[in-house]
Amino acid sequence: MMLAGNINGTYIPDMAQRTLDQKLAILSDAAKYDASCASSGTTRRDSRSGGIGSAGGTGICHAYTPDGRCISLLKILMTNFCIYDCAYCINRVSSNVERARFSPEEVVNLTLEFYRRNMIEGLFLSSGIIRSPDQTMGDMVRIAKMLRVDHGFKGYIHLKTIPDAGPELVAEAGLYADRLSVNVELPQDASLRQLAPEKRPETIRAAMADVRLGREAAKEKTFTGKRPPRFAPAGQSTQMIVGADGATDRDILKTSSNLYSGYHLKRVYYSAFSPIPDASAALPLIKPPLMREHRLYQADWLMRFYGFDAEEIGAAHPSGNLDLAVDPKLAWALANRGQFPVDVRNASRDMLLRVPGFGTKTVGRILAARRSGAVRYADLLRMGAIMSKAQPFVTLPDWHPGALTDSDSLRARFAPALEQLSLFG
Amino acid sequence: MIRVDLPRFDRFEAWRDAARHLVGAGIAPERITWADPDAPADLFGSDPMPPAGDAKVTATKDFLTLARTVASHSDPERWSLIYTALWRAQTDRAFLGNPADPLIDRLNRLAKSVRRDIHKMHAFVRFHELPSDGPRRSFGAWFEPEHLILQAATPFFAKRFADMDWLIATPKGIARFTGDTIAYDPPATRPDLPEDANHGLWQTYFANIFNPARIKTNAMRSEMPVKYWKNLPETHLIPQMLADAPRRVQAMREAGASDAPAFASKVTARIRQPLEDTPPETLAQAQEQAARCTRCELCHAATQTVWGLGDPDARLMLVGEAPGDHEDLSGRPFVGPAGQLLRQTMAQADIDPDRAWLTNAVKHFRFTPRGKRRMHQTPDRPHIEQCRWWLGIERGFVAPDLTVALGATAAFALTGDRTPLTLRRGKVQAGLDGGPVLITWHPSLILRLPDDRAAAARAELLADLRQAGRMLAA
Repeated sequence: MMLAGNINGTYIPDMAQRTLDQKLAILSDAAKYDASCASSGTTRRDSRSGGIGSAGGTGICHAYTPDGRCISLLKILMTNFCIYDCAYCINRVSSNVERARFSPEEVVNLTLEFYRRNMIEGLFLSSGIIRSPDQTMGDMVRIAKMLRVDHGFKGYIHLKTIPDAGPELVAEAGLYADRLSVNVELPQDASLRQLAPEKRPETIRAAMADVRLGREAAKEKTFTGKRPPRFAPAGQSTQMIVGADGATDRDILKTSSNLYSGYHLKRVYYSAFSPIPDASAALPLIKPPLMREHRLYQADWLMRFYGFDAEEIGAAHPSGNLDLAVDPKLAWALANRGQFPVDVRNASRDMLLRVPGFGTKTVGRILAARRSGAVRYADLLRMGAIMSKAQPFVTLPDWHPGALTDSDSLRARFAPALEQLSLFG
Repeated sequence: MIRVDLPRFDRFEAWRDAARHLVGAGIAPERITWADPDAPADLFGSDPMPPAGDAKVTATKDFLTLARTVASHSDPERWSLIYTALWRAQTDRAFLGNPADPLIDRLNRLAKSVRRDIHKMHAFVRFHELPSDGPRRSFGAWFEPEHLILQAATPFFAKRFADMDWLIATPKGIARFTGDTIAYDPPATRPDLPEDANHGLWQTYFANIFNPARIKTNAMRSEMPVKYWKNLPETHLIPQMLADAPRRVQAMREAGASDAPAFASKVTARIRQPLEDTPPETLAQAQEQAARCTRCELCHAATQTVWGLGDPDARLMLVGEAPGDHEDLSGRPFVGPAGQLLRQTMAQADIDPDRAWLTNAVKHFRFTPRGKRRMHQTPDRPHIEQCRWWLGIERGFVAPDLTVALGATAAFALTGDRTPLTLRRGKVQAGLDGGPVLITWHPSLILRLPDDRAAAARAELLADLRQAGRMLAA
């Protein structure tokens, strides 16, 4: 078998001489297409009992880059050598990108030194597949173990699980990592089979199922009454690339909804397909569909916190795609005007959540304020409602939308933003 | 006017003591001047503190938390606002819980601004390593918060960096930590922090994790407000990164697709799965092929193909409907509640599951997502017909003497007969491949029935399994 080491010998003769700075440049550049950055929701712990670091509060974004993404973790690849040939990926075997490889000690030191300077919450380690999935996963687990055991690191660790790696390696990874993730990569199996011929959708899903089962097993007490060690306490997440295949937003949201229900994911990340240097002929370069990505995140929020299901969001537009001009909740309300206006005085929580311009916090405040008397227009404004959006959809003691709710030009009231956006998007 | 001077540190405790005294003494909010350490002296002097009153002063826990947070705000009016709220709460407790009340709304906004500033301090302090002569490493930082949050924000650092000495200097005070408690000192001149090589590495990371094809500067500015930029080592790179981005994107576009290095196809040729499926020669090969099955659409949502399990030379085969939630996750048939019931009933009928072959008519889970749960759906005729391919192959290799069909789906898959099960249960029919098929209930039916009918159905399942045992013994 042709191994990464041979590729190294043949193509990057000077790799051994690369400085840490050069390796960091290559291996962070190689990692930037992964959108995940979360560092929250894990067990509460800190260094007063020894070691270094803390976790478990709200996640902290230590910096932002001009691409609008936050830096919470040191997000790097262990190596960008890879034997797979995924067309959308800069690190695929058929790309001519510069290659590098960190030693485990280098990853550990970078993590700890950045951490001590308060630059990061922890490490998000991923890797190209070298030699075999087991070997790659084994090296990643070793790095996590060094941080946790040798250095008493209490910060956050997110490990990317290699789908075909042995279950015992995934089980060990779960002991050291706060979060495990496997990327489904593309919203439809057929596109994955076509664009990532070495990957298999069924093994990716099986890996996510293993993580769910591992987490559930860790929550059950054994017959001796002892609690088993924690397993990936911050759960698992995944990522889908948007715009690299023909999937509609409705397809994408249905896939997300299957993933959330099947594997109890904390998050599905949507990553607008972005041009990469050294592109593959199989995927033409496009301008990343950032607005579409944004709308998908909004729709995802509606599914997780507002009681919407994928089908009703997706059905709001006949094309199966989200309306880029208006947010998905407003689009749904415009398509379902028969359910409006909602009387804020007595509407249920579920229905208040469906009012455009009302967020979950606003709804919580409305319910609290209703106990002290009628909620009026100015009260809603103060409590954070976006009344310019909510106006056509609510009635209040001092506000009635009249014919506005059913007016033909209602969408146009909200849509002009499209023309401004289209200049850039 | 009564003037209350508040100290630089432990301000909230000082305010709380004074406020309790003044509310107790019945002093209305407009009669008090609250003075921060740098406030000018009153031109006309002030009234003395009144003697303590005997009125009981109460507040809710939530209000004290809110007031404590607001106390860190830089707005000089904050003291009188929280005093007014406390004053009003003595006669109208309910207003504290009403988010629509203008005063509560204002306090919530002040508190939110403080919390945000604290959060940003946790995010944007950047330590430089300082020379250290002891065993502990030493670090220092300069930070300029918007509010008076030094005391509120620094315990976070003590918990996180317990094994190192650190100091954080701000224009309003200095926090020092040497492993025990945090000491707070009045402000001094801004310290000269030494160069730190790791700040250079951090800049390398910042510049390279940036994707020049996505420019969303508004998102960056709203989360990393420009007011904090001057003390961050990485932000001075941003103008150059932005200026360079269009050129880099253009270069990617012009370069287009590249030629793959010669070794690439050799590497992938060795690890790619074969695309054509030749007829399987063994049961194991069939299982491997079935794992990649796309004969119907169920494979897209289900986790994996759940193949049969047991003794490949078994004389008895049991066929269920389709995997459920548990089976789909674990990849093994009959491990969920219905499977457990089946195994118990088999044990009662003296049938060892390890000596039988357990499988399903349809090998992928069919479901509808409902929030965090997946609701089971019965497979449709096309699913059953497509999956008969695999059932046939499985039956060919296992070649059982008798097959038990559990439920209508299995009965249809095995016999092609769709008539209702009630009339057929307990009887043996000829399978499509000629082998005998004993028809019985699916254990999941028993789980769904009300208790009285479930007991009867379970007895029938047990009787049928015993019959299967007798048939095999004969």
